Amino acid sequence: MTAVLDTDGLGKRYRRRWALTDCTLKIPAGRVVGLVGPNGAGKSTLLNLAVGLITPTCGRIDVLGTLPARGSAELGRVGFVAQDTPTYSGLSVADHLRMGARLNPGWDRQFAEDRIAQLGLDPAQRAGKLSGGERAQLALTVAVAKRPELLVLDEPVARLDPLARREFLQSLMEVVADQGVSVVLSSHLVADLERVCDHLIILVASRVRLTGDVDQLLATHHLLTGPRRDTDRLPADLHVVQESHTDRQSTLLVRTEAPILDPAWTVGQISLEDLVLAYMSQARAGASNNGHRRLTGVPR
Amino acid sequence: MIWFAWRQFRTQAAVVFGALAVLAVVVIVTGLQLRHWYDISGIANCAAAGDCDTVTSAFTTHYSWLQTLLGNVLIDFFPAVIGVFWGAPLIARELDTGSYRLVWTQSVTRTRWLAAKITIVGAASVAAVGLLSWMVTWWSTPFDKMANNKFDPSVFSERDIAPLGYAAFAFALGVTAGLLIRRTLPAMATTLVGYIAARVVVLIWIRPHFQAPLHATGLLQAPGSDSGLVKLPGATLAPQPGSWLVSSQILDPSGHPTNGRIEVRIGDPCVATHSCLTGYHQTITYQPASRYWPFQWYEMSLFIALAAILIGFCFWQINGRRLPTTSRILPGTRPDTPSRLEKTLDRDPAAHLDRATFTAAERPMTVRGKAGGHRQPDTRDGTDGSSR
Repeated sequence: MTAVLDTDGLGKRYRRRWALTDCTLKIPAGRVVGLVGPNGAGKSTLLNLAVGLITPTCGRIDVLGTLPARGSAELGRVGFVAQDTPTYSGLSVADHLRMGARLNPGWDRQFAEDRIAQLGLDPAQRAGKLSGGERAQLALTVAVAKRPELLVLDEPVARLDPLARREFLQSLMEVVADQGVSVVLSSHLVADLERVCDHLIILVASRVRLTGDVDQLLATHHLLTGPRRDTDRLPADLHVVQESHTDRQSTLLVRTEAPILDPAWTVGQISLEDLVLAYMSQARAGASNNGHRRLTGVPR
Repeated sequence: MIWFAWRQFRTQAAVVFGALAVLAVVVIVTGLQLRHWYDISGIANCAAAGDCDTVTSAFTTHYSWLQTLLGNVLIDFFPAVIGVFWGAPLIARELDTGSYRLVWTQSVTRTRWLAAKITIVGAASVAAVGLLSWMVTWWSTPFDKMANNKFDPSVFSERDIAPLGYAAFAFALGVTAGLLIRRTLPAMATTLVGYIAARVVVLIWIRPHFQAPLHATGLLQAPGSDSGLVKLPGATLAPQPGSWLVSSQILDPSGHPTNGRIEVRIGDPCVATHSCLTGYHQTITYQPASRYWPFQWYEMSLFIALAAILIGFCFWQINGRRLPTTSRILPGTRPDTPSRLEKTLDRDPAAHLDRATFTAAERPMTVRGKAGGHRQPDTRDGTDGSSR
């Protein structure tokens, strides 16, 4: 099966600033991928590259096995809900569906109309008068009704209130379940992604820090608590992500494939959110300390 | 895509063409009146009657306000208005509001999207200006027949087909400005300035040279004068009626140009004999009236050619920005990679302690495989933990 997103050494520079650096990823089909990172980490850049709105400065990107947005056929295979879910404020909801129908050969008119009715949107309403949540739903409807193989969503819920956010993610999950579409979804809120994603990419300061299936990530990361010891005396297959020490005790977040057998450690599970935060703060420390270890960070 | 381009444009089109329809009613009613007044004014055979000044000045008073409004203001500014309000926002508004991210990710390439928009709005621009020019030309016919000055720069660009070229150019300039500047208001301002600049440049430096002008030279007829200063008449040598007088100069007996004034001392005998201007002659360059239509075509074609170049540039730009040209990794443009940083660390023994943390932080890690299956953290070059 071809990867939905396959990049190698991908980079994007805006004038003098690198928004994305050396990004190498391979995302298998059929996943709901969460792209997480702080604001300005390069999430939008990666997604805009994936839908062909911008071109890479260096490196390679393949989406569904071809260059993104090369022609109308390639455009038709990828649905995109852009950041802040832009719509034409002067056009009505029905006009947006008509636009989708005219501009996409694979348009599923029945689905689009049913979904608008189900959401309770008035087709005659102008998009400029919709609430943020309704506008996001409209944008999602347009993106899904073209029957894409890959659905890319760039912070679709960032501006929504918690209720609208939950409803949006719920309806996204229904779509995924119904149509078996692959999804790449970005957010700076891990809690949003935790509910819906089965694959995770952590992007901090223009670099990919971690990528993998969520189950896998949770199974290979452990929170160890035990008597104080130096981390360079740990087994070789134990990678310390984050550590903190008191006079007597050490708390480590480690990544390992092997089970933790040392009885001196109390092994705890870590939540996805804490895992993400650990990688983010570690990356930030790495950036500010020029690679030197940060000793104070404590996983929550 | 044609439908969608039309859907976005139809309100603006309705406003402009509606206004043109209202204007057409005014133009037809007043234009028929003008024709009637022209027929009964006796201008057509005033030359035979020997008193043209009275009848023409009486006729010019009719609808002079409408003459200014239609013939000078509207037709001159309409192409600029089209460029500013239809051309400039065409792409810039999509970029401004972010809706380009919606429409450029539908199953329509940017080239087709741009082609549809330019076809619909561009055709409407040329059609609207063409209609107005047609109305103005028809309405002004009595005045133009009377003054016989359609070739004059003040009238030439306001009649017949030249405005079609202006419309195409103003629209194309607006689209290009919008694409390059990417913001609506600055693009509109740039369009206006650029359009006026182009018109002025063509008027002053290019239009007189569409065809080499004709020259004529003649002796000055000295008006009787006994003052100390003789002001020379402006253009005593007139080309045939309806021509465009490009330049006129008065040369002294030795052939040097004058500034139009000749100083004569009081009491100079030439005053008495009316011979002060003896030897002075005038030379004029002009475009004959027969070249009016070729010049209309040249003017229109020039601006349409400019418009075509701009539109071609837009298509090139909008594609050039999209096409990811294969997997190029340019030497020198690639940012520092973790591997290069790691090499630095390898040379520094004190840094060994930090390697595990460092690589975990700076390195993308891929955890592969299903739960319980074969798991292998992707370490690529296998340096992770090798020093422990």
